[in-house]
Amino acid sequence: MSQSAILLRCTDITRRWGGLVAVNRISIELERGTVHAVIGTNGAGKSTLINILSGEIDASDGRVELLGQDVTTWTQPRRARAGLGRSYQRNTIYPSFTVFENCRLSAQAMAQKPWAWWSNAQRCPVSTAAALDAAVRSGLVDLLERPAGLLSHGQKRQLEIAMCLATQPQVLLLDEPLAGMGAEETERMLALLDELKKDQAILLVEHDMDAVFRIAERITVMVNGSVLASGTPEAVRSNIDVQAAYLGGGH
Amino acid sequence: MNRSKLLFVAISFAALALFPLASSSYGIDLVTKIMIYAILALSLELLVGSTGLVCFGQAAFFGIGAYATVLLSPDYEAPSVLWLLPASMVVAAVYALIMGSLSLRTKGVYFIMVTLAFAQMAFYVIHDTPLGGGTDGIYLNAKPTIGTLLDLDKSLALYAFTLGSLVAMFGFLALLLRSRFGRALAGIRVNEQRMRATGFSTYPYKLAAFVISGGIAGLAGFLFAVKDGFVNPEMLGWHQSGAVLIMIIFGGLGHLRGALIGAFAFVLLQEFFMSEAVFGAFAKHWHLGLGLSIIASVALLPHGLVGIPSQVRERLTGRRNTARDATTAEESL
Repeated sequence: MSQSAILLRCTDITRRWGGLVAVNRISIELERGTVHAVIGTNGAGKSTLINILSGEIDASDGRVELLGQDVTTWTQPRRARAGLGRSYQRNTIYPSFTVFENCRLSAQAMAQKPWAWWSNAQRCPVSTAAALDAAVRSGLVDLLERPAGLLSHGQKRQLEIAMCLATQPQVLLLDEPLAGMGAEETERMLALLDELKKDQAILLVEHDMDAVFRIAERITVMVNGSVLASGTPEAVRSNIDVQAAYLGGGH
Repeated sequence: MNRSKLLFVAISFAALALFPLASSSYGIDLVTKIMIYAILALSLELLVGSTGLVCFGQAAFFGIGAYATVLLSPDYEAPSVLWLLPASMVVAAVYALIMGSLSLRTKGVYFIMVTLAFAQMAFYVIHDTPLGGGTDGIYLNAKPTIGTLLDLDKSLALYAFTLGSLVAMFGFLALLLRSRFGRALAGIRVNEQRMRATGFSTYPYKLAAFVISGGIAGLAGFLFAVKDGFVNPEMLGWHQSGAVLIMIIFGGLGHLRGALIGAFAFVLLQEFFMSEAVFGAFAKHWHLGLGLSIIASVALLPHGLVGIPSQVRERLTGRRNTARDATTAEESL
Protein backbone atom coordinates (compact mmCIF):
# COMPACT_ATOMS: atom_id res chain seq x y z
CA MET A 1 0.00 0.00 0.00
CA SER A 2 1.49 3.32 -1.00
CA GLN A 3 2.04 6.11 1.49
CA SER A 4 -0.77 8.20 0.07
CA ALA A 5 -3.30 5.38 -0.01
CA ILE A 6 -6.87 6.18 0.91
CA LEU A 7 -7.59 4.12 4.00
CA LEU A 8 -11.21 5.02 4.53
CA ARG A 9 -13.73 6.26 2.04
CA CYS A 10 -17.40 6.89 2.56
CA THR A 11 -19.72 7.71 -0.28
CA ASP A 12 -23.07 9.47 0.00
CA ILE A 13 -23.59 8.53 3.64
CA THR A 14 -27.10 9.46 4.78
CA ARG A 15 -28.82 8.93 8.08
CA ARG A 16 -32.47 9.72 8.64
CA TRP A 17 -34.18 9.69 12.02
CA GLY A 18 -37.79 9.57 10.95
CA GLY A 19 -38.28 12.76 8.97
CA LEU A 20 -35.07 14.39 10.21
CA VAL A 21 -32.00 14.02 8.04
CA ALA A 22 -29.11 14.04 10.51
CA VAL A 23 -26.46 13.30 7.92
CA ASN A 24 -27.12 14.04 4.27
CA ARG A 25 -25.05 12.52 1.45
CA ILE A 26 -21.63 12.96 3.02
CA SER A 27 -18.59 11.72 1.13
CA ILE A 28 -15.19 11.81 2.78
CA GLU A 29 -11.81 10.27 2.06
CA LEU A 30 -9.14 9.71 4.69
CA GLU A 31 -5.56 9.36 3.52
CA ARG A 32 -2.68 7.91 5.41
CA GLY A 33 -0.46 10.67 6.78
CA THR A 34 -3.17 13.29 7.00
CA VAL A 35 -5.59 14.73 9.50
CA HIS A 36 -9.00 15.39 8.06
CA ALA A 37 -10.93 17.68 10.37
CA VAL A 38 -14.71 17.92 10.42
CA ILE A 39 -16.05 21.11 11.92
CA GLY A 40 -19.53 22.47 12.33
CA THR A 41 -21.92 23.81 14.89
CA ASN A 42 -23.55 21.60 17.51
CA GLY A 43 -26.10 19.34 15.88
CA ALA A 44 -24.45 19.53 12.47
CA GLY A 45 -24.16 15.73 12.44
CA LYS A 46 -20.46 15.33 13.18
CA SER A 47 -20.82 12.74 15.91
CA THR A 48 -23.48 10.91 13.93
CA LEU A 49 -21.01 10.71 11.07
CA ILE A 50 -18.37 9.16 13.35
CA ASN A 51 -20.94 6.74 14.73
CA ILE A 52 -21.83 5.65 11.20
CA LEU A 53 -18.23 5.30 10.08
CA SER A 54 -17.31 3.23 13.13
CA GLY A 55 -20.41 1.06 12.73
CA GLU A 56 -22.08 2.05 15.97
CA ILE A 57 -25.20 3.04 14.06
CA ASP A 58 -26.27 2.00 10.59
CA ALA A 59 -26.38 4.37 7.67
CA SER A 60 -29.76 4.71 5.97
CA ASP A 61 -27.92 5.04 2.71
CA GLY A 62 -24.45 5.10 1.29
CA ARG A 63 -21.31 3.04 1.40
CA VAL A 64 -18.26 2.77 3.67
CA GLU A 65 -14.95 1.33 2.46
CA LEU A 66 -12.13 0.47 4.84
CA LEU A 67 -8.72 -0.40 3.38
CA GLY A 68 -10.37 -1.02 0.02
CA GLN A 69 -13.06 -3.38 1.40
CA ASP A 70 -16.74 -2.61 1.46
CA VAL A 71 -17.58 -2.70 5.19
CA THR A 72 -21.04 -1.10 5.02
CA THR A 73 -22.76 -4.17 6.47
CA TRP A 74 -20.04 -5.03 8.98
CA THR A 75 -20.69 -4.77 12.72
CA GLN A 76 -18.72 -2.32 14.81
CA PRO A 77 -16.48 -4.98 16.46
CA ARG A 78 -15.60 -6.40 13.04
CA ARG A 79 -14.67 -2.99 11.66
CA ALA A 80 -12.58 -2.36 14.78
CA ARG A 81 -10.67 -5.59 14.31
CA ALA A 82 -10.07 -4.64 10.68
CA GLY A 83 -8.23 -1.50 11.79
CA LEU A 84 -10.74 1.19 12.64
CA GLY A 85 -10.23 2.84 16.02
CA ARG A 86 -12.37 5.53 17.58
CA SER A 87 -12.46 7.71 20.65
CA TYR A 88 -15.53 9.20 22.26
CA GLN A 89 -16.53 12.76 22.95
CA ARG A 90 -17.19 11.88 26.57
CA ASN A 91 -14.68 9.72 28.37
CA THR A 92 -15.53 6.07 27.94
CA ILE A 93 -12.65 4.47 29.73
CA TYR A 94 -12.88 1.61 32.24
CA PRO A 95 -12.65 3.69 35.44
CA SER A 96 -12.13 0.81 37.86
CA PHE A 97 -9.24 -0.68 35.84
CA THR A 98 -5.66 0.57 36.02
CA VAL A 99 -4.31 2.66 33.17
CA PHE A 100 -2.28 -0.31 32.02
CA GLU A 101 -5.27 -2.67 32.10
CA ASN A 102 -7.34 -0.14 30.12
CA CYS A 103 -4.71 -0.30 27.39
CA ARG A 104 -4.06 -4.02 27.73
CA LEU A 105 -7.72 -4.98 27.46
CA SER A 106 -8.05 -2.82 24.35
CA ALA A 107 -4.98 -4.46 22.85
CA GLN A 108 -6.43 -7.86 23.70
CA ALA A 109 -9.08 -7.28 21.04
CA MET A 110 -6.40 -8.10 18.49
CA ALA A 111 -5.50 -11.41 20.18
CA GLN A 112 -8.69 -12.49 21.92
CA LYS A 113 -8.15 -16.25 22.44
CA PRO A 114 -11.16 -16.57 24.76
CA TRP A 115 -10.83 -20.35 24.97
CA ALA A 116 -7.50 -20.20 26.83
CA TRP A 117 -9.19 -20.07 30.24
CA TRP A 118 -6.17 -21.36 32.14
CA SER A 119 -3.71 -18.76 30.88
CA ASN A 120 -3.17 -15.47 32.65
CA ALA A 121 -4.29 -12.44 30.65
CA GLN A 122 -1.58 -10.36 32.29
CA ARG A 123 1.03 -12.61 30.70
CA CYS A 124 -0.39 -12.35 27.18
CA PRO A 125 2.71 -11.15 25.34
CA VAL A 126 0.87 -9.57 22.42
CA SER A 127 -1.49 -7.39 24.43
CA THR A 128 1.00 -6.40 27.15
CA ALA A 129 3.54 -5.24 24.55
CA ALA A 130 0.96 -3.28 22.56
CA ALA A 131 -0.46 -1.75 25.75
CA LEU A 132 2.94 -0.60 26.95
CA ASP A 133 3.74 0.84 23.54
CA ALA A 134 0.44 2.75 23.46
CA ALA A 135 0.98 4.09 26.97
CA VAL A 136 4.49 5.27 26.10
CA ARG A 137 3.37 6.97 22.89
CA SER A 138 0.54 8.82 24.60
CA GLY A 139 2.66 9.89 27.55
CA LEU A 140 1.03 7.81 30.28
CA VAL A 141 3.93 5.51 31.05
CA ASP A 142 4.39 6.93 34.56
CA LEU A 143 0.77 6.31 35.49
CA LEU A 144 0.39 2.65 34.52
CA GLU A 145 -0.76 1.39 37.90
CA ARG A 146 -3.15 4.24 38.67
CA PRO A 147 -6.88 3.42 38.53
CA ALA A 148 -8.14 5.23 35.45
CA GLY A 149 -11.00 6.82 37.34
CA LEU A 150 -8.51 8.85 39.39
CA LEU A 151 -6.81 10.47 36.39
CA SER A 152 -7.22 14.17 35.63
CA HIS A 153 -9.54 15.11 32.78
CA GLY A 154 -6.64 15.71 30.38
CA GLN A 155 -5.03 12.42 31.31
CA LYS A 156 -8.32 10.63 30.67
CA ARG A 157 -8.41 12.15 27.19
CA GLN A 158 -4.86 10.91 26.68
CA LEU A 159 -5.93 7.49 27.87
CA GLU A 160 -8.78 7.52 25.33
CA ILE A 161 -6.19 7.94 22.60
CA ALA A 162 -3.89 5.35 24.16
CA MET A 163 -6.73 2.81 24.16
CA CYS A 164 -7.31 3.51 20.47
CA LEU A 165 -3.62 3.10 19.73
CA ALA A 166 -3.39 -0.15 21.65
CA THR A 167 -5.53 -1.83 19.00
CA GLN A 168 -3.01 -0.65 16.39
CA PRO A 169 -5.59 0.85 14.07
CA GLN A 170 -4.99 2.14 10.55
CA VAL A 171 -7.71 4.73 10.81
CA LEU A 172 -8.49 6.85 13.88
CA LEU A 173 -11.81 8.58 14.36
CA LEU A 174 -11.39 11.11 17.15
CA ASP A 175 -14.44 12.83 18.57
CA GLU A 176 -13.38 16.11 20.20
CA PRO A 177 -10.16 14.90 21.81
CA LEU A 178 -9.35 18.46 22.97
CA ALA A 179 -12.67 19.12 24.70
CA GLY A 180 -12.19 20.62 28.15
CA MET A 181 -8.41 20.62 27.96
CA GLY A 182 -6.10 23.34 29.25
CA ALA A 183 -3.58 25.09 26.99
CA GLU A 184 -0.68 22.91 28.02
CA GLU A 185 -2.64 19.68 27.64
CA THR A 186 -3.88 20.84 24.24
CA GLU A 187 -0.29 21.38 23.10
CA ARG A 188 0.68 17.90 24.25
CA MET A 189 -2.29 16.34 22.49
CA LEU A 190 -1.58 18.20 19.25
CA ALA A 191 2.01 17.03 19.32
CA LEU A 192 0.73 13.50 19.83
CA LEU A 193 -1.69 13.77 16.89
CA ASP A 194 1.10 15.16 14.73
CA GLU A 195 3.16 12.12 15.62
CA LEU A 196 0.31 9.69 15.01
CA LYS A 197 -0.69 10.93 11.59
CA LYS A 198 2.60 9.73 10.11
CA ASP A 199 1.34 6.15 10.05
CA GLN A 200 -2.40 6.59 10.27
CA ALA A 201 -5.29 8.37 8.70
CA ILE A 202 -7.09 10.55 11.24
CA LEU A 203 -10.58 11.98 11.19
CA LEU A 204 -10.78 14.73 13.75
CA VAL A 205 -14.03 16.24 14.96
CA GLU A 206 -13.15 19.32 16.95
CA HIS A 207 -14.47 22.68 18.10
CA ASP A 208 -11.11 24.31 18.79
CA MET A 209 -10.64 26.25 15.52
CA ASP A 210 -7.06 27.33 16.20
CA ALA A 211 -6.05 23.73 16.73
CA VAL A 212 -7.95 22.53 13.69
CA PHE A 213 -6.40 25.07 11.33
CA ARG A 214 -2.97 24.28 12.73
CA ILE A 215 -3.04 20.53 12.39
CA ALA A 216 -5.44 19.56 9.61
CA GLU A 217 -4.50 18.96 6.00
CA ARG A 218 -8.11 18.95 4.94
CA ILE A 219 -11.18 20.43 6.52
CA THR A 220 -14.82 19.62 5.91
CA VAL A 221 -17.44 22.04 7.18
CA MET A 222 -20.84 20.56 8.03
CA VAL A 223 -24.06 22.47 8.46
CA ASN A 224 -27.37 20.76 9.21
CA GLY A 225 -26.07 17.37 8.17
CA SER A 226 -24.69 18.48 4.80
CA VAL A 227 -21.25 19.48 3.59
CA LEU A 228 -20.97 23.22 3.20
CA ALA A 229 -17.37 23.28 2.07
CA SER A 230 -14.42 20.95 1.93
CA GLY A 231 -10.78 21.51 1.08
CA THR A 232 -7.45 22.75 2.38
CA PRO A 233 -7.46 25.01 5.45
CA GLU A 234 -6.69 28.06 3.25
CA ALA A 235 -9.53 27.30 0.85
CA VAL A 236 -11.99 26.74 3.70
CA ARG A 237 -10.89 29.88 5.51
CA SER A 238 -11.43 32.01 2.43
CA ASN A 239 -14.71 30.38 1.49
CA ILE A 240 -17.46 33.03 1.57
CA ASP A 241 -20.20 30.58 2.59
CA VAL A 242 -18.16 29.29 5.49
CA GLN A 243 -17.39 32.77 6.69
CA ALA A 244 -21.04 33.65 6.60
CA ALA A 245 -22.41 30.48 8.12
CA TYR A 246 -19.85 29.42 10.59
CA LEU A 247 -16.72 31.38 11.22
CA GLY A 248 -18.52 34.68 11.52
CA GLY A 249 -17.70 37.79 9.56
CA GLY A 250 -14.81 38.93 11.72
CA HIS A 251 -12.86 35.69 11.65
CA MET B 1 -4.15 -7.82 50.83
CA ASN B 2 -4.18 -10.53 48.18
CA ARG B 3 -2.26 -12.81 50.48
CA SER B 4 -4.94 -12.43 53.09
CA LYS B 5 -7.69 -13.28 50.58
CA LEU B 6 -5.85 -16.41 49.55
CA LEU B 7 -5.26 -17.30 53.18
CA PHE B 8 -8.93 -16.78 54.00
CA VAL B 9 -10.02 -19.08 51.20
CA ALA B 10 -7.42 -21.73 52.05
CA ILE B 11 -8.40 -21.72 55.73
CA SER B 12 -12.10 -21.89 54.84
CA PHE B 13 -11.62 -24.92 52.62
CA ALA B 14 -9.36 -26.58 55.20
CA ALA B 15 -11.99 -25.99 57.89
CA LEU B 16 -14.64 -27.50 55.63
CA ALA B 17 -12.42 -30.52 55.05
CA LEU B 18 -11.95 -31.04 58.79
CA PHE B 19 -15.53 -30.22 59.76
CA PRO B 20 -16.93 -33.80 59.54
CA LEU B 21 -14.45 -34.94 62.22
CA ALA B 22 -16.20 -32.79 64.78
CA SER B 23 -19.76 -32.81 63.53
CA SER B 24 -22.99 -34.71 63.96
CA SER B 25 -24.73 -36.16 60.94
CA TYR B 26 -27.15 -33.23 61.08
CA GLY B 27 -24.23 -30.82 60.75
CA ILE B 28 -22.75 -32.75 57.85
CA ASP B 29 -26.08 -32.70 56.06
CA LEU B 30 -26.51 -28.96 56.65
CA VAL B 31 -23.03 -28.03 55.47
CA THR B 32 -23.42 -30.24 52.41
CA LYS B 33 -26.54 -28.27 51.56
CA ILE B 34 -24.75 -24.97 52.10
CA MET B 35 -21.83 -26.01 49.90
CA ILE B 36 -24.28 -26.92 47.13
CA TYR B 37 -25.83 -23.47 47.43
CA ALA B 38 -22.32 -22.00 47.38
CA ILE B 39 -21.68 -23.70 44.02
CA LEU B 40 -24.99 -22.32 42.75
CA ALA B 41 -24.07 -18.88 44.07
CA LEU B 42 -20.68 -19.07 42.33
CA SER B 43 -22.43 -19.84 39.04
CA LEU B 44 -24.58 -16.73 39.43
CA GLU B 45 -21.62 -14.62 40.54
CA LEU B 46 -20.02 -15.29 37.15
CA LEU B 47 -23.02 -13.61 35.50
CA VAL B 48 -23.92 -10.86 37.97
CA GLY B 49 -20.67 -9.96 39.67
CA SER B 50 -18.22 -10.62 36.87
CA THR B 51 -20.16 -9.85 33.69
CA GLY B 52 -22.81 -7.48 35.01
CA LEU B 53 -25.73 -9.58 33.76
CA VAL B 54 -28.41 -9.66 36.45
CA CYS B 55 -29.98 -13.05 35.78
CA PHE B 56 -33.19 -13.68 37.68
CA GLY B 57 -33.60 -17.22 36.43
CA GLN B 58 -30.67 -19.12 37.87
CA ALA B 59 -33.01 -21.59 39.58
CA ALA B 60 -34.01 -22.90 36.15
CA PHE B 61 -30.50 -24.25 35.52
CA PHE B 62 -30.34 -25.59 39.07
CA GLY B 63 -33.69 -27.34 38.82
CA ILE B 64 -33.18 -28.60 35.30
CA GLY B 65 -29.83 -30.09 36.34
CA ALA B 66 -31.55 -31.77 39.28
CA TYR B 67 -34.46 -33.09 37.21
CA ALA B 68 -32.06 -34.31 34.53
CA THR B 69 -30.20 -36.27 37.21
CA VAL B 70 -33.40 -37.99 38.33
CA LEU B 71 -34.97 -38.48 34.90
CA LEU B 72 -31.80 -39.81 33.28
CA SER B 73 -31.17 -42.29 36.10
CA PRO B 74 -32.14 -45.90 35.35
CA ASP B 75 -35.02 -47.30 37.40
CA TYR B 76 -33.24 -49.87 39.55
CA GLU B 77 -29.47 -50.00 39.28
CA ALA B 78 -27.23 -47.21 40.54
CA PRO B 79 -26.04 -44.92 37.74
CA SER B 80 -22.41 -43.90 37.36
CA VAL B 81 -21.44 -40.39 38.42
CA LEU B 82 -19.04 -40.36 35.49
CA TRP B 83 -21.78 -40.02 32.90
CA LEU B 84 -24.74 -38.81 34.93
CA LEU B 85 -22.97 -35.73 36.29
CA PRO B 86 -21.69 -34.46 32.91
CA ALA B 87 -25.07 -35.26 31.35
CA SER B 88 -26.94 -33.22 33.96
CA MET B 89 -24.55 -30.32 33.49
CA VAL B 90 -24.93 -30.47 29.72
CA VAL B 91 -28.74 -30.45 29.93
CA ALA B 92 -28.63 -27.38 32.19
CA ALA B 93 -26.06 -25.72 29.92
CA VAL B 94 -28.23 -26.33 26.87
CA TYR B 95 -31.15 -24.60 28.55
CA ALA B 96 -28.77 -21.76 29.43
CA LEU B 97 -27.76 -21.57 25.77
CA ILE B 98 -31.39 -21.21 24.68
CA MET B 99 -32.28 -18.77 27.46
CA GLY B 100 -29.10 -16.75 26.91
CA SER B 101 -29.35 -16.57 23.14
CA LEU B 102 -32.75 -14.89 23.39
CA SER B 103 -32.52 -12.93 26.64
CA LEU B 104 -29.13 -11.38 25.77
CA ARG B 105 -30.83 -9.45 23.00
CA THR B 106 -32.42 -7.32 25.70
CA LYS B 107 -30.83 -5.01 28.24
CA GLY B 108 -31.28 -3.77 31.79
CA VAL B 109 -34.59 -4.40 33.46
CA TYR B 110 -35.97 -6.16 30.36
CA PHE B 111 -33.14 -8.64 30.59
CA ILE B 112 -34.01 -9.38 34.22
CA MET B 113 -37.67 -9.91 33.27
CA VAL B 114 -36.89 -12.15 30.30
CA THR B 115 -34.62 -14.40 32.36
CA LEU B 116 -37.37 -14.59 34.99
CA ALA B 117 -39.89 -15.48 32.30
CA PHE B 118 -37.70 -18.27 30.95
CA ALA B 119 -37.23 -19.71 34.42
CA GLN B 120 -40.97 -19.57 35.13
CA MET B 121 -41.61 -21.27 31.81
CA ALA B 122 -39.38 -24.16 32.88
CA PHE B 123 -41.08 -24.14 36.28
CA TYR B 124 -44.55 -24.53 34.77
CA VAL B 125 -43.45 -27.20 32.33
CA ILE B 126 -42.20 -29.27 35.27
CA HIS B 127 -45.08 -28.27 37.55
CA ASP B 128 -47.99 -28.86 35.18
CA THR B 129 -46.94 -31.79 33.03
CA PRO B 130 -46.57 -35.45 33.98
CA LEU B 131 -42.96 -35.33 32.71
CA GLY B 132 -41.47 -34.57 36.10
CA GLY B 133 -44.14 -35.92 38.42
CA GLY B 134 -46.05 -32.64 38.64
CA THR B 135 -46.35 -30.78 41.95
CA ASP B 136 -45.30 -33.80 43.99
CA GLY B 137 -41.89 -34.10 42.39
CA ILE B 138 -40.09 -37.40 41.88
CA TYR B 139 -37.71 -39.65 43.75
CA LEU B 140 -34.26 -40.74 42.73
CA ASN B 141 -34.36 -44.52 42.96
CA ALA B 142 -30.68 -45.25 43.38
CA LYS B 143 -27.91 -42.81 44.23
CA PRO B 144 -25.08 -42.60 41.71
CA THR B 145 -21.72 -44.23 42.33
CA ILE B 146 -18.29 -44.55 40.77
CA GLY B 147 -17.81 -48.34 40.83
CA THR B 148 -16.86 -49.30 44.37
CA LEU B 149 -14.73 -46.17 44.75
CA LEU B 150 -17.45 -43.72 45.66
CA ASP B 151 -21.02 -44.21 46.83
CA LEU B 152 -22.92 -40.96 47.07
CA ASP B 153 -25.57 -42.63 49.19
CA LYS B 154 -23.17 -42.31 52.12
CA SER B 155 -23.43 -38.84 53.57
CA LEU B 156 -19.71 -38.54 54.24
CA ALA B 157 -18.87 -39.52 50.67
CA LEU B 158 -21.37 -36.97 49.38
CA TYR B 159 -19.89 -34.35 51.68
CA ALA B 160 -16.40 -35.01 50.35
CA PHE B 161 -17.59 -35.05 46.75
CA THR B 162 -19.50 -31.77 47.22
CA LEU B 163 -16.50 -30.11 48.85
CA GLY B 164 -14.29 -31.35 46.01
CA SER B 165 -16.76 -29.93 43.46
CA LEU B 166 -16.88 -26.60 45.30
CA VAL B 167 -13.08 -26.30 45.43
CA ALA B 168 -12.82 -27.29 41.76
CA MET B 169 -15.42 -24.74 40.64
CA PHE B 170 -13.89 -22.04 42.82
CA GLY B 171 -10.44 -22.71 41.35
CA PHE B 172 -11.82 -22.91 37.82
CA LEU B 173 -13.59 -19.56 38.11
CA ALA B 174 -10.57 -17.89 39.73
CA LEU B 175 -8.45 -18.94 36.75
CA LEU B 176 -11.19 -18.09 34.27
CA LEU B 177 -11.57 -14.56 35.61
CA ARG B 178 -7.88 -13.72 35.24
CA SER B 179 -7.77 -15.15 31.70
CA ARG B 180 -8.39 -13.14 28.56
CA PHE B 181 -11.98 -14.39 28.55
CA GLY B 182 -12.49 -13.23 32.12
CA ARG B 183 -10.93 -9.85 31.44
CA ALA B 184 -13.24 -9.41 28.48
CA LEU B 185 -16.24 -10.19 30.72
CA ALA B 186 -15.01 -7.56 33.18
CA GLY B 187 -14.69 -5.07 30.34
CA ILE B 188 -18.26 -5.85 29.28
CA ARG B 189 -19.46 -5.22 32.82
CA VAL B 190 -17.70 -1.88 33.09
CA ASN B 191 -18.24 -0.50 29.58
CA GLU B 192 -19.76 -2.69 26.91
CA GLN B 193 -19.98 0.10 24.33
CA ARG B 194 -16.24 0.63 24.54
CA MET B 195 -15.61 -3.09 24.25
CA ARG B 196 -17.52 -3.20 20.98
CA ALA B 197 -15.73 -0.13 19.67
CA THR B 198 -12.44 -1.82 20.52
CA GLY B 199 -13.26 -4.93 18.51
CA PHE B 200 -14.89 -7.37 20.89
CA SER B 201 -18.08 -9.02 19.65
CA THR B 202 -19.66 -8.97 23.08
CA TYR B 203 -22.68 -11.18 22.40
CA PRO B 204 -20.75 -14.46 22.03
CA TYR B 205 -18.79 -13.63 25.16
CA LYS B 206 -21.93 -13.09 27.19
CA LEU B 207 -23.52 -16.21 25.76
CA ALA B 208 -20.47 -18.28 26.67
CA ALA B 209 -20.64 -16.91 30.22
CA PHE B 210 -24.30 -17.94 30.33
CA VAL B 211 -23.56 -21.49 29.20
CA ILE B 212 -20.70 -21.92 31.68
CA SER B 213 -22.88 -20.52 34.45
CA GLY B 214 -25.73 -22.85 33.49
CA GLY B 215 -23.41 -25.85 33.53
CA ILE B 216 -22.11 -25.01 37.01
CA ALA B 217 -25.66 -24.46 38.28
CA GLY B 218 -26.48 -27.87 36.76
CA LEU B 219 -23.69 -29.37 38.86
CA ALA B 220 -25.30 -27.86 41.96
CA GLY B 221 -28.64 -29.32 40.83
CA PHE B 222 -27.11 -32.76 40.44
CA LEU B 223 -25.66 -32.62 43.95
CA PHE B 224 -28.95 -31.41 45.40
CA ALA B 225 -30.94 -34.17 43.75
CA VAL B 226 -28.45 -36.75 45.02
CA LYS B 227 -28.42 -35.30 48.54
CA ASP B 228 -32.19 -35.29 48.99
CA GLY B 229 -32.91 -38.22 46.68
CA PHE B 230 -35.89 -36.18 45.62
CA VAL B 231 -36.69 -33.21 43.38
CA ASN B 232 -39.73 -30.94 43.23
CA PRO B 233 -40.77 -27.97 41.10
CA GLU B 234 -39.97 -25.47 43.87
CA MET B 235 -36.30 -25.88 42.95
CA LEU B 236 -37.03 -23.98 39.72
CA GLY B 237 -39.25 -21.33 41.27
CA TRP B 238 -38.48 -17.64 41.37
CA HIS B 239 -38.08 -17.82 45.16
CA GLN B 240 -35.04 -19.94 44.55
CA SER B 241 -33.64 -17.54 41.93
CA GLY B 242 -34.19 -14.67 44.33
CA ALA B 243 -32.53 -16.51 47.21
CA VAL B 244 -29.32 -17.09 45.21
CA LEU B 245 -29.30 -13.49 44.08
CA ILE B 246 -29.61 -12.39 47.71
CA MET B 247 -26.77 -14.73 48.70
CA ILE B 248 -24.27 -13.12 46.35
CA ILE B 249 -25.38 -9.57 47.13
CA PHE B 250 -25.28 -10.35 50.84
CA GLY B 251 -21.81 -11.86 50.50
CA GLY B 252 -20.48 -9.09 48.29
CA LEU B 253 -20.63 -8.81 44.50
CA GLY B 254 -17.45 -8.93 42.46
CA HIS B 255 -15.64 -11.44 44.66
CA LEU B 256 -15.79 -15.21 44.36
CA ARG B 257 -15.49 -15.59 48.11
CA GLY B 258 -18.54 -13.32 48.40
CA ALA B 259 -20.62 -16.15 46.92
CA LEU B 260 -19.14 -18.56 49.44
CA ILE B 261 -19.65 -16.29 52.43
CA GLY B 262 -23.10 -15.26 51.21
CA ALA B 263 -24.32 -18.86 50.89
CA PHE B 264 -23.12 -19.69 54.40
CA ALA B 265 -24.48 -16.51 55.94
CA PHE B 266 -27.85 -16.83 54.22
CA VAL B 267 -28.52 -20.45 55.12
CA LEU B 268 -27.18 -20.15 58.66
CA LEU B 269 -29.25 -17.03 59.24
CA GLN B 270 -32.28 -18.89 57.94
CA GLU B 271 -31.55 -21.80 60.30
CA PHE B 272 -31.10 -19.34 63.16
CA PHE B 273 -34.47 -17.64 62.65
CA MET B 274 -36.16 -21.02 62.15
CA SER B 275 -34.75 -22.40 65.38
CA GLU B 276 -37.43 -22.99 67.99
CA ALA B 277 -34.74 -23.27 70.65
CA VAL B 278 -34.03 -19.55 70.18
CA PHE B 279 -37.35 -18.08 69.12
CA GLY B 280 -39.88 -20.55 70.46
CA ALA B 281 -43.27 -20.23 68.83
CA PHE B 282 -42.12 -17.15 66.92
CA ALA B 283 -39.78 -19.36 64.87
CA LYS B 284 -42.56 -19.99 62.35
CA HIS B 285 -42.30 -16.31 61.38
CA TRP B 286 -38.65 -16.81 60.37
CA HIS B 287 -39.24 -15.01 57.05
CA LEU B 288 -39.64 -11.77 58.96
CA GLY B 289 -36.36 -12.03 60.82
CA LEU B 290 -34.46 -13.12 57.71
CA GLY B 291 -36.00 -10.37 55.61
CA LEU B 292 -35.23 -7.65 58.16
CA SER B 293 -31.63 -8.75 58.55
CA ILE B 294 -31.17 -8.74 54.77
CA ILE B 295 -32.62 -5.25 54.51
CA ALA B 296 -30.33 -4.12 57.33
CA SER B 297 -27.29 -5.65 55.67
CA VAL B 298 -28.02 -4.03 52.31
CA ALA B 299 -28.47 -0.66 54.01
CA LEU B 300 -25.39 -0.91 56.24
CA LEU B 301 -23.02 -2.99 54.12
CA PRO B 302 -22.96 -1.57 50.59
CA HIS B 303 -20.15 -3.96 49.63
CA GLY B 304 -21.62 -6.97 51.38
CA LEU B 305 -20.01 -9.07 54.10
CA VAL B 306 -16.79 -9.19 52.08
CA GLY B 307 -16.51 -5.41 52.33
CA ILE B 308 -16.61 -5.24 56.14
CA PRO B 309 -12.82 -5.19 56.71
CA SER B 310 -12.22 -2.33 54.28
CA GLN B 311 -15.29 -0.50 55.63
CA VAL B 312 -13.86 -0.73 59.14
CA ARG B 313 -10.46 0.41 57.89
CA GLU B 314 -12.04 3.40 56.17
CA ARG B 315 -13.89 4.30 59.35
CA LEU B 316 -10.68 4.10 61.38
CA THR B 317 -8.35 5.93 59.01
CA GLY B 318 -10.94 8.21 57.44
CA ARG B 319 -9.45 7.40 54.06
CA ARG B 320 -11.37 5.99 51.16
CA ASN B 321 -9.99 2.98 49.44
CA THR B 322 -9.27 3.65 45.79
CA ALA B 323 -11.40 1.47 43.60
CA ARG B 324 -9.31 -0.94 41.60
CA ASP B 325 -10.58 -3.89 39.63
CA ALA B 326 -9.14 -7.34 40.11
CA THR B 327 -6.77 -8.52 37.39
CA THR B 328 -5.16 -11.53 39.02
CA ALA B 329 -6.64 -14.78 40.29
CA GLU B 330 -5.88 -13.82 43.89
CA GLU B 331 -7.60 -10.46 43.52
CA SER B 332 -10.75 -12.01 42.12
CA LEU B 333 -11.22 -14.37 45.06
